[in-house]
Amino acid sequence: MDTAYLIETIIKVVVVLLIFSALAGIGTYFERKVLAFMQRRLGPMNVGPYGLLQVAADGIKLFTKEDIIPTNVVGRIFKIAPVITAATAFMAAAAIPFLPQFELFGYTVHPIISDVNIGILYILGIMGIGLYGPLLGGMASANKFALLSAARSAAVFISYEVITGLSILAPIMMVGSLSLIDFNEYQSGGIGDWIVWSQPVAFVLFWIAAFAETGRTPFHLVANDHEIIDGFGTEYSGMRWGLFFIGEYANMFFISFVIPLLFLGGYGDGSFLGALGLLAKMSFFFFFFLWTRAAWPDVRPDQLMWLCWKVLMPIAVINVVITGFVMMF
Amino acid sequence: MKNNEQFNNRNVSENGYYLVDIADYPTDGWGKFKRVVQRTFRGELFVGLWVVLREMIKFDIHTVSYPEEKMPIGPRYRAVHEMKRLWESDAERCIGCGLCEKICISNCIKMDTRIDENSRKEVSEYTINLGRCIFCGYCAEVCPELAITHGGEYEQASEQREHFVDYEYMLTPLDKMKAGTQVEFEGFGAITPHEDERVKKTPLAY
Repeated sequence: MDTAYLIETIIKVVVVLLIFSALAGIGTYFERKVLAFMQRRLGPMNVGPYGLLQVAADGIKLFTKEDIIPTNVVGRIFKIAPVITAATAFMAAAAIPFLPQFELFGYTVHPIISDVNIGILYILGIMGIGLYGPLLGGMASANKFALLSAARSAAVFISYEVITGLSILAPIMMVGSLSLIDFNEYQSGGIGDWIVWSQPVAFVLFWIAAFAETGRTPFHLVANDHEIIDGFGTEYSGMRWGLFFIGEYANMFFISFVIPLLFLGGYGDGSFLGALGLLAKMSFFFFFFLWTRAAWPDVRPDQLMWLCWKVLMPIAVINVVITGFVMMF
Repeated sequence: MKNNEQFNNRNVSENGYYLVDIADYPTDGWGKFKRVVQRTFRGELFVGLWVVLREMIKFDIHTVSYPEEKMPIGPRYRAVHEMKRLWESDAERCIGCGLCEKICISNCIKMDTRIDENSRKEVSEYTINLGRCIFCGYCAEVCPELAITHGGEYEQASEQREHFVDYEYMLTPLDKMKAGTQVEFEGFGAITPHEDERVKKTPLAY
C-alpha cells in the first residue's frame, strides 16, 4: 500500500462524504417541493429564490439547537444511535462505483472507494447494520412511542433482509461475482444486456425491499408520524436527530445507485453518456421514493411481515430455483 | 383572486352521491388468495401514482402565499370592530347609550360616559377587550345608531394584549371621512337595501 493510494482514497472518502451530506440536504428540498407540487402546494418559497436556501436555514437550525439528553434515557446508547445510522449509510458507499473511471489531468480516477470482491454483500450488510440506529435509539429513549418504533424496526429488519438477499441471489448466480463493477461489466453491451430483462422478478423484489430498507412510505412504519409521533426520533433534537435524517437520505441515494447498477446496466460502457445515464437512472429511483410517498398509503407492520414472509420470500425462492435450472440446462 | 370551487350546494341528492360498492370479505383461504392476486395485478397502485403525477404536471397550485396575497373576505365578515362617523357632520355616531356593553355576552365591552359642554351625552372611555371578544356581532346588531360595526381587519400584532382595542383605534379617521371612503358594514344589524322606499311617514295626526 503506497502513499499515493492512501492519499487518493482519503480524498475520495472526503469527496463522497461531502457530496452526499450536501445531497441529503438538497434531497429534503426536492422531497418537499415534489410532495408539495403533487398535493397542489408550493412548498418552501420564502428562504432564497424558490426556497432554495431552506436547506441552509434548516442546517443552521439543526446545528445550533441545544443537544438535549432527556432523563431516564440510557445515555451512551442514546448518544451513539444516530451515529450508527449516519455512519453505516456512508460506509455502505465504499463499494459503490458512482461513475465510470475517467482521466483527470492524466491520472486515472476510479470513482469507487474500494472495489472489494464482496461488494454487494458488503453494501447490504452495512445497510442492514444501519437499522440498529432506530432499534437502539428507540430502546434507549425511555419513551413508549420510541419503544414501539424499535420493535417495529426489528420486525422490518427480519422481514426485508430475507427478500434482499434471496432476490439478489439469482443475478449473482448469473454474473458469478459480488462486485458491482463486475455487475456493470456483465451488462455493458447495451440495453439488451440489462439484467432486468432476464431477472424481472428479482428486480421488482429488490425494489420493494429497498423501500423497507430505507424506510420509505409504503413501509414507513418505523417512524410513522401519524401513529407513533416520530418513533425512534421522538426524544431526539438538534444535530442528533439531523444525523438520523442524513443517514436516511444518504441511504436513499445509495440504494438509488445500487438498483441501476445491479439491474439496469449501471454506467454501461463507461462513456460520458453512460455516466449521465447512471445519474439519470439514479434520479428516477430517488424521484420514485418521493413519488410513492405522495401516492401510496402505509402498510401495517403485520402486513409488511405477511408480505415479506408469505408472498415475496416464496417468489424469491422460486425465482432462484428456476434461475438455477435454466443455468444448469 | 383565486377561482375557488363552490361548495355551497349541500343538497346531497343532486350531487351524484352514490354508495361505494364494497365486496364482502373473503373467509376461506382460496378467496383470500384470489383477492391478493386480483389486487396485485389490477394496478391500483399505478392509478395512485398517475393521479399525483397528473397534478404535478398540471401545476394547478392552490396555495395562497399569504402575506403577499390574501383571500377575499365577505362584506359581512366579523373582524375587529370599527366606530363609524356621521356622513353629514363627521361627528361620532356613538351616543353612549350603553346597549352594546349590556348585550355583550363575553363582557368585553367597557364604556364610560359624561355630559359634555353642550349638555350632550358623550363617550369618555370605550374599550373592547379583544382577548375576550368572541366576535358574535351582537354589539353591531343592537347598536341603534349603526355606530359600532365590524370591519375587515383581521391582522393585529402587539407586545401587549392591552393594546387592543380602544375608542381611538376603532374610530374612523377624519381624513378618511374627508375622502369619503368610510365603508358601511353590511352585516347583521345594518340597514337592509332599499330601506328608504319602505319607510312610511310617521302619522302625526294622533
